[in-house]
Amino acid sequence: MNALEIDAVWKYFGDFPALRDVGFKVQPGSIVALLGRNGAGKTTLLRILAGLAKPSKGSVKIYGSEVRDEPTRRRIGVLGHGISLYDELTATENLVLFGKLYGLDDPAKRAHQWLERTGLERVRDGLVREFSRGMRQRLAVARTFLHDPEVLLFDEPFTSLDDRAIAVLHSLITDAQQRGRTVIMSTHQIREAIELATHVALIRKGQLAYAGERRQEMLDDPAWLYRTFEGEGAS
Amino acid sequence: MSESVFSASSASPRETFFSFLRQVLTIAAKDLRAEWRTKEALNASIAFSLVMLVLFSFAVDPDAMPDFSGGLLWLVFSFAGALVLNRSFARETQNDCLDALVASPLPPAALFMGKALANFAILLAVECVCVPAFGLFFNIPVTTYLGSLVIVILLGTWGLTVIGTMFSALTVNLRLRELMLPTLVYPVMIPALMAAMELTRDLLNGTPLAGDNLIWVRLLIAFDIIFTALSVTLVDIVLVG
Amino acid sequence: MREKIIFGLVAAAVALLGWNLYTIFMVVPDEAAQGAIFRIIYIHLPTIFTGFLGFFVALVASCLYLAKGDLRYDSLAAGVTEVSLAFAGIVLATGSIWARIIWGVWWAWEPRLTSMLICWLTYAGYLMLRRAIDEPAQRARLSAVVSIFGFVEVIIVYKAIDWFRTLHPQPVLSIRGGGGMSAGMEGPIYWNWLAFVCLASAMVMVRMRQDEMSREIDSLRRMAHQY
Repeated sequence: MNALEIDAVWKYFGDFPALRDVGFKVQPGSIVALLGRNGAGKTTLLRILAGLAKPSKGSVKIYGSEVRDEPTRRRIGVLGHGISLYDELTATENLVLFGKLYGLDDPAKRAHQWLERTGLERVRDGLVREFSRGMRQRLAVARTFLHDPEVLLFDEPFTSLDDRAIAVLHSLITDAQQRGRTVIMSTHQIREAIELATHVALIRKGQLAYAGERRQEMLDDPAWLYRTFEGEGAS
Repeated sequence: MSESVFSASSASPRETFFSFLRQVLTIAAKDLRAEWRTKEALNASIAFSLVMLVLFSFAVDPDAMPDFSGGLLWLVFSFAGALVLNRSFARETQNDCLDALVASPLPPAALFMGKALANFAILLAVECVCVPAFGLFFNIPVTTYLGSLVIVILLGTWGLTVIGTMFSALTVNLRLRELMLPTLVYPVMIPALMAAMELTRDLLNGTPLAGDNLIWVRLLIAFDIIFTALSVTLVDIVLVG
Repeated sequence: MREKIIFGLVAAAVALLGWNLYTIFMVVPDEAAQGAIFRIIYIHLPTIFTGFLGFFVALVASCLYLAKGDLRYDSLAAGVTEVSLAFAGIVLATGSIWARIIWGVWWAWEPRLTSMLICWLTYAGYLMLRRAIDEPAQRARLSAVVSIFGFVEVIIVYKAIDWFRTLHPQPVLSIRGGGGMSAGMEGPIYWNWLAFVCLASAMVMVRMRQDEMSREIDSLRRMAHQY
């Protein structure tokens, strides 16, 4: 079964089509780099995949089920631009909260494991408000992976992380993929993403310009992709 | 496939209900814990309501107060309540927490009820300070029909909470949020406020809940039930774009 | 085609109103207790009916939008609410004039006027909400929810005011002064109602067309920016 099936998705904001007939399939164990210029529609697509918005037309299925179904949402992990953590709660409280929301049997134990894994064990009882930027980011990564999701969605993960957090995320993504998890990440940092990716999808003005395996040309020269598939690619 | 760390999801209606309840309480506990750490909304609300009571003492002739008592008390509750209710969903937009909650398996209805319960508790806390202060400032005995008064306050506050929390969710992403919330909430609240004011005034003037008055109690109960049901049903549409 | 319908409706409305004006001023006698001002009922009542009918149509349109996602339903809901709000304003104005003549005050917290005022405030909030949201689908979705809440509230207010009246009997703006109008006097009310409904429908259609055009322009602008 496909991990993700995006089928003829259109998204209108009023009469303006932000996404036009976008469709592709993702096999489990893939790492998909979702590329495109600003305003191309990457974030819109990711929000639909995460269940935060509904497509105007078409459907998205994750392991055969609708995204908004409760059992399906348990299998998804999302990391957006914000850290999605509560400033007035401690690191442990934040993770335990999300552990409970995702139906984990022993949220406290899981939280402890992930605090160790992201190097935040020492500050487990510190309020997130007092954390440095790097610490908040690592905690956000912990929150995303906490419930061992089968499908991971990242919106520009590398732009907001510092070096240490990027290293942590890098190893977590590779590790997840080896265990059969699927990763979709939208990004501007073409180089970092293409190195990790097994597949690439390019969105151009709301349409899918390319969706397929990562090719050697992309590794050698990341700009190749834009040149080849964006045509005159002015703007 | 994946080692499942979840409990089985094929559940009976009873299990589903308890699971829903647990999630409601998780959210309510989260909100209350966060609020208790800062006490921002609580303090602001209490301070504001005490100031309003003082202002009312200038606006109204103390001898005439018994006629106005019920009305004024609920005016104070509504305005102070708006401070609390506005923040309800607004605090979720900080750090993009709302997205994480909506993307999680948490049913939007549970998110709504959890927040409503937390707001209810905070509003009641503010009212616990307000009512004695009111009795003190204006020399009005509030304990005559204390049991009935408590019931009226509970019913009226729940109505205010439900409408306020719902519209807080609705206006959360709007640029004119602070203006839109009161504009939408107060007209819709009028029937409940009217009933609560009539009942409170009667109780504080020494008339028990009986006979004619019960119409207002029935109105409050109907208002609460109808709008709670409507909110729980529609909150999904409001939160998912 | 649409323009023809609009003109047709307006023409029908004007004809009916014209004929009714003649009937109202020439044929119907002064009412026993109230005198000439009584004739204001011929505007007051039909406007109330049209207003409430409008809000009900808005409710149905809102529900249809939520069910089907077609922005034309949202357009209808918004247009009807705007027009009904105007009619509600007329109700308040005519009620106020009547109160001035009969009781000597410009405003009285009379149950029916009060409930119409609350109604007006609720739907004015609806329109303000619409102005605060730029994105059409979000605007449609959120205002549909407010429209549903508003209508449910209007019904509750209506019942509440009724109960209030049984507890606190008050003078009420009432046509049924002595319990029923004599035969010849009721007719114009219903004819006027028909006229107002025609007029309201025409206005709603004009409003919807404006809405459609503005959406088209908006999306053309967005596409222009993109390229």
